[in-house]
Amino acid sequence: MVDLLGLPVTAVFGQLMIGLINGAFYALLALGLAVIFGLLHVINFAQGALYMLGALVAWLLLTEMGLGYWWALILSPLIVAAVGAAIERTVILPLYGRDPLYGLLLTLGVAMMIEYGVVWRYGSAGMPYGTPEALRGVVNLGFMILPLYRLWVMATSIVVCLVVWHMIERSSVGARLRAATEDPAMAQALGINVPALRTTAFAVGAGIAALAGVLAAPIYQVGPLMGQSLLITVFAVVVIGGMGSIRGAVIAGFSLGLIEGLMRLVYPEGTRMAVFLIMAVVLLTRPEKPIGRA
Amino acid sequence: MQRIAVAPLAWLIIGAVSLGLAYFLVYPIHVLQILCFMVFAAAFNLLIGHAGVLSLGHAAFFGSGAYLAGILMKTESVTPELALLAATGATLVLGLLMGAIAIRRQGIYFAMITLALAQLVYFIAFQSPATGGDDGLQGIPRGAVLGRFSLESNGAIYLFVSAISLLSLWAIHRIGCSPFGSLLRAIRQNEDRAISLGYATRRYRLAAFVISAGFAGLAGGMKALVLQLASLTDISFFISGEVVLIVLLGGIGVFAGPLVGAALLIGFQLVFVSSPVPVPFVLGIVFVICVLAFPRGIVGEIVARLPAQSPSSNSPAGQQHERPNEGREHSW
Repeated sequence: MVDLLGLPVTAVFGQLMIGLINGAFYALLALGLAVIFGLLHVINFAQGALYMLGALVAWLLLTEMGLGYWWALILSPLIVAAVGAAIERTVILPLYGRDPLYGLLLTLGVAMMIEYGVVWRYGSAGMPYGTPEALRGVVNLGFMILPLYRLWVMATSIVVCLVVWHMIERSSVGARLRAATEDPAMAQALGINVPALRTTAFAVGAGIAALAGVLAAPIYQVGPLMGQSLLITVFAVVVIGGMGSIRGAVIAGFSLGLIEGLMRLVYPEGTRMAVFLIMAVVLLTRPEKPIGRA
Repeated sequence: MQRIAVAPLAWLIIGAVSLGLAYFLVYPIHVLQILCFMVFAAAFNLLIGHAGVLSLGHAAFFGSGAYLAGILMKTESVTPELALLAATGATLVLGLLMGAIAIRRQGIYFAMITLALAQLVYFIAFQSPATGGDDGLQGIPRGAVLGRFSLESNGAIYLFVSAISLLSLWAIHRIGCSPFGSLLRAIRQNEDRAISLGYATRRYRLAAFVISAGFAGLAGGMKALVLQLASLTDISFFISGEVVLIVLLGGIGVFAGPLVGAALLIGFQLVFVSSPVPVPFVLGIVFVICVLAFPRGIVGEIVARLPAQSPSSNSPAGQQHERPNEGREHSW
């Protein structure tokens, strides 16, 4: 048995893998946040609540309608995206053009309503959600044993991040979205339906969060406040990656998950603080640049 | 906007009298809790209303003040006034440290940095054995002022905290009315102009941050003495968010705003503590309604609708304001 950092190799890689999995969720949520912030200039404090809703809807689909994981993976993001669109249409729309701090406060209020509304209805303890049949078991990679489900989470999140990034940065829909952000008046004059694109952007952000929630359900179970503890860390991730930069958010997400995994091996007490320290350092040393572009 | 044409001293007397009445009409400990949050919110308003700086981590100061006062009272058997003094002093230093890091950025970035730094403080408090972790500090003795006047009785602690709170509120008011306060508002309205006039604007904003932090720490320390308890909640994001809501609800930039906001919000929580509806749920609704319909806050809306005596040069009466801090006179 080879030793690394004074610990058996399998243990080290195990922790790093856990860190990477956490990083996958950071990346997914950061992706949604970056999309919403980059395109709408709204800091969506409700992202964690939407993530929780994704998991909740998956659980409800299972317990109320007998629809399992694979259904949830498709339906939950769609449902929550619709919820997101509704939120955008009703309460976020009046705030465009005002100080972005208002959007922050408003989405914070929305988050509290959603999260504690769920607490009111379902209590504050969590609800269990089992791993789907097809994804149980482990994979032996030689240097470590990896639960199949975690591999699935990693793969899915990487694919989703790539797809969304491609959509926004490379496709014509994405180009229109970006144009609508940089110059809404001009874009609208050219026939681009700016309000619809904004709603779509918010819905996409919500859908990504919900997908992350469904992925998370078998690992972390479904709890009303599951998004709360995650969100503040994800904010730090988005800031580190560059607010509004999709690529930055994703890379920062995975990297920080990995760094946390490393910290847990080397200096466990500092694990939760690591991200915020890095964020403070990054913010102080990076020259201030215009919001939006990577 | 109309200046309230009553001398501050009169307000002090009115405040003292109402507090005296409140002692007999309302449960005194509740009144004191509201008072502590009034000071906290007024300190926060100094930052956001005057300097135009939003901090999302003010719980770090409130909670630190509470823990420090609690620790000193429990382990060192210090007199309460010294404990409060130490708590305030320490949060002033903490404010300087956090502020020095954060002040190099503005707007949203500044807010995010304060959020992150407050989280750091939270985690440090969480892991430090001195704070009692999840259980918090319980059974904090109230001690005796100057070693002689015990604060154990409701009456004594009421007098003590009321006096300090009134003095703090008066001090915050004075700071707002002072040339320093005017300068903060000037910097908020047009920083470039202020710089061109030779002012080191960043330092003034930092000063506002530090002063705000100190008073927040004092409020936290008082709260620890009143409730004889300091917990992780005091230093958590929930309190940071709550103070923002209090000031938003009451009215940003208006002196009475945080007072009204604190009375309403804390009062509401105290009254409905056993209701099945989770408090944050209602707070969330209030947040949303405030941002959408009452961005100027309750007192702000009232003041805005008063007949304008002397229209200020930079805000024509009746104009809808987009930014929370732009172009408004204050009824200080």
